[in-house]
Amino acid sequence: MNNSYLSFHDRARKNEVILLAHGSGGKLSHDLVEKKFLPFLANPVLNKLDDSAIFEASGHLAFTTDSYVVNPIFFPGGDIGKLAVCGTVNDLAMSGATPLYLSLSAIIEEGFPLGELEQIMQSIKATTEEAEVKIITGDTKVVNRGQADKIFINTSGIGIIPPGIDIAGANAKTGDKVILSGTIGDHGIAIMSQREGLKFSIPIGSDCCPLSKLVSEMLDASPIIHCLRDPTRGGLATTLNEFARQSNVGIVIEEDKVPIKEGVRAACELLGFDPIYVANEGKLVAIVDPCEAEKVLVRMRQNKYGKDAAIIGEVVNDHPRRVIMKTKLGPSRIVDMLSGELLPRIC
Amino acid sequence: MKFIDEYQDSKLAKGLAGRIAGRSTKPVRLMEFCGGHTHAILRYGIRQLVPKTVEMRSGPGCPVCVTATADLDKSIALAHLPEVIITTFGDMMRVPGSYSSLQQAKAEGADIRIVYSTTDAVEIAKANPEKSVIFIGIGFETTAPTIAASIIKAQQEKIENFQVLSLNKLTPPVMKALLGLGEVKLDGIICPGHVSVIIGSYPYKFIPQNYGVACVISGFEPLDILLCIDKLVEQFENGQPRVEIAYLRGVKPEGNRKALQLMEEVFETGEANWRGIGIVPQSGLKIKRKYECFDAEKAFSGLLRFARNDKPVREPKECRCGDVIRGAATPLECKLFRRVCTPESPVGPCMVSSEGACAAYYQFCG
Repeated sequence: MNNSYLSFHDRARKNEVILLAHGSGGKLSHDLVEKKFLPFLANPVLNKLDDSAIFEASGHLAFTTDSYVVNPIFFPGGDIGKLAVCGTVNDLAMSGATPLYLSLSAIIEEGFPLGELEQIMQSIKATTEEAEVKIITGDTKVVNRGQADKIFINTSGIGIIPPGIDIAGANAKTGDKVILSGTIGDHGIAIMSQREGLKFSIPIGSDCCPLSKLVSEMLDASPIIHCLRDPTRGGLATTLNEFARQSNVGIVIEEDKVPIKEGVRAACELLGFDPIYVANEGKLVAIVDPCEAEKVLVRMRQNKYGKDAAIIGEVVNDHPRRVIMKTKLGPSRIVDMLSGELLPRIC
Repeated sequence: MKFIDEYQDSKLAKGLAGRIAGRSTKPVRLMEFCGGHTHAILRYGIRQLVPKTVEMRSGPGCPVCVTATADLDKSIALAHLPEVIITTFGDMMRVPGSYSSLQQAKAEGADIRIVYSTTDAVEIAKANPEKSVIFIGIGFETTAPTIAASIIKAQQEKIENFQVLSLNKLTPPVMKALLGLGEVKLDGIICPGHVSVIIGSYPYKFIPQNYGVACVISGFEPLDILLCIDKLVEQFENGQPRVEIAYLRGVKPEGNRKALQLMEEVFETGEANWRGIGIVPQSGLKIKRKYECFDAEKAFSGLLRFARNDKPVREPKECRCGDVIRGAATPLECKLFRRVCTPESPVGPCMVSSEGACAAYYQFCG
C-alpha cells in the first residue's frame, strides 16, 4: 500500500498525472493553465487571464452549450477534445450562425495522465483552428479519484447569424427536399468498436468534424434553407422525427438513398442495430426549398465533409408528425424516434 | 455488399412474394419463434409482401421476455447481497420484477454491470477477487455454449468467485409445450436461425411427425424469411409437413458439434419457468454437480432465501406479455400497449427488449 502511494507521488513529481492540487487555485493550478492550456489556446482575449473574456459582438447572436463525457476518451477518428469543439461549433452552425468564440471547462479526475491531457489539448487546438473559432474563457476543476471518469469537458459557444437567415426546426414545408450530408453511423460504430467487451476491429473512424464551413457554403449557394440539424445521439431517425413534429409535417425517405459505409452496415447487422439510430458527429440534415435543393447539393459535394451528400427524401402533406421510410424491398414502414438505448442483441 | 445486399434484393423479394402468392390457396397460420425474426419481418415490411392468406404470429423467442418474474426477483435479490457484482446483458436491466428492477437496484447502490458476453463477466471476476461476480445467464441454445465455455475457463483458471445464475432455456421443449397446449392452431413454424446453427435440424423432427406442423429454419435477412415462408406454404399446400433448412449457409442438420459438446459438459436439462407458459419440463439448463461451485443458485441458496424475505411474486396487472409470448394475442390486442406501456416506461418485458414483440410492433407499426 505504502509503495504504491509512493510510486504515485513519484510519478506525480515527474508531472505525469493530475493531482488534486492542480485544481486548488494555487501555484500548481497556474502551472497547469500556463503549461497545458495556454500554449494550445493562446489568443489576445484569453491571454489576459481576467475573470471574464471581454469582446465586441453585434447583430443576431446564437449561444449554445454542451457537455462531453464520452467513453473511451480516445477513439478512432477523434477524441473528447475534438468532439467538444466540433459539437458546439456544429450546434451554432445548425442555426446558420458563424461560430466565433467558445468557452472550455474541464473537470479532471485525480490521477489523469498529463500526457493524455496534452494530447486532448493538441486536438482542441487543431480543431479550433480548422473551425476558425477562438477559446476565450475557461476553467479547470480536479475531483477525487472516482468522482469523475477521467475527464469531462463542457464548451459553450457564441456565433453570429448573418442577416436574412432563418433556420429552425419548425420551418419545414410540404415539397421541401431532405438532404443528408454523408454516410450515417460512423461515429457510433467507431465508439462501439472500442467499448470494453465489444472490441472488434473495423476500418472506420468517427466522422467527428466541424461543419461550420460546409454550412456557410450551403447558405452561399442558397439562403432558402429551412431546417438544419446534426443527427448526433438518436441518429438520423430522431432528427427527422424532430423536424416532422416541430413543423407539423410528414417526411418520407427512401432507404436506398441513405448513404451507409459497408463496414458500418456490417457492424450493424452483427450487433442488431438499425443504422438510422446510430450517432453521428460530422453529418447534417438539411430541409431545403425544392427549387434550391440541387444547387445546395452540388455545392455541398464540393466540400470534403459533404462529398457523399444525397437527397434522401421529401416533406409531404400526408401523415403529419410521422416519418415513413420506403424500404429496399418496396413496402413502407414507420420510422420512430430512438427510445431507450441501443443494445446489442442477445440471441 | 457481400452477404447482405444479395439477401435484400428487391427484385428477388418481389419474385419470391409472387411465388408465395401463386402457391397459397387457403389460409395458413405461421409462427416465427424468434424475436430476431419478428423484428426483421416488421422492419422490412414482409407482412405487406405476402398474400392475405398468410397469417403471421410472433412466438416466445425473446430471451428477456420469457424470463419469469420469479427469476427476475431472484436476480434482484442477488444484486442486493453484500460483496456481490451482478453482470448481465443490458436488456435485463429495465425489466420490471415484482417490486423492483435491476436498474432500480443499481440506483439504490447495488453493483450491477452490463456486459456484452460472459467472457467479460469472467474478466470482471478476475479483476475483483474479493467479490462474488454473478452472471445472469439468459438466452437459448445460442448463449448457452459461451456460458458453458466461460464456466470451464473459470474452472481451469481457478476463478472461484465467478458464478452463473442459469436461466438458460431450450427451444424444442417449449415448442412442444406450446403445440401441446393447442391454444393457437399453427400450420407452420419459422424455426430460429441462430439457435439452429447450434442444435441443427434434427431436434425439430417431432413437430411435423407428432403435430403435423411444417418446420423451416430461416436466416434473418428479408430474402431468407421470404424463402422460408415460401417453403412453409409449399409444405402446407402439399399436405406434407417436414423439417427443412432455408438457411443453408449457417445451419447443418447435425448442428455445431463443438458447441453442443460444451453444453453437454456443463449443463443438464431440468424444468424451467417460462413467463406466460409456466414450468416446462426438460426446457431449462441446470449446471451439473461437477461444476456446482459456479452455480449461483447453489452458492447463494441460503442467503437468497433470507434476502427475498418470502415476498410473493406479483405480475403486472393487465399486462398481456404472457399471451403475446404464446402467440395467443398480438401486442395490439393488449390494452396497455402504447397507452400505458411504452419503451420508455415498459410494463412488461416484451416492450423492453429489442427482441420483444411489443417493442417491434411499437417501433414499426405506429
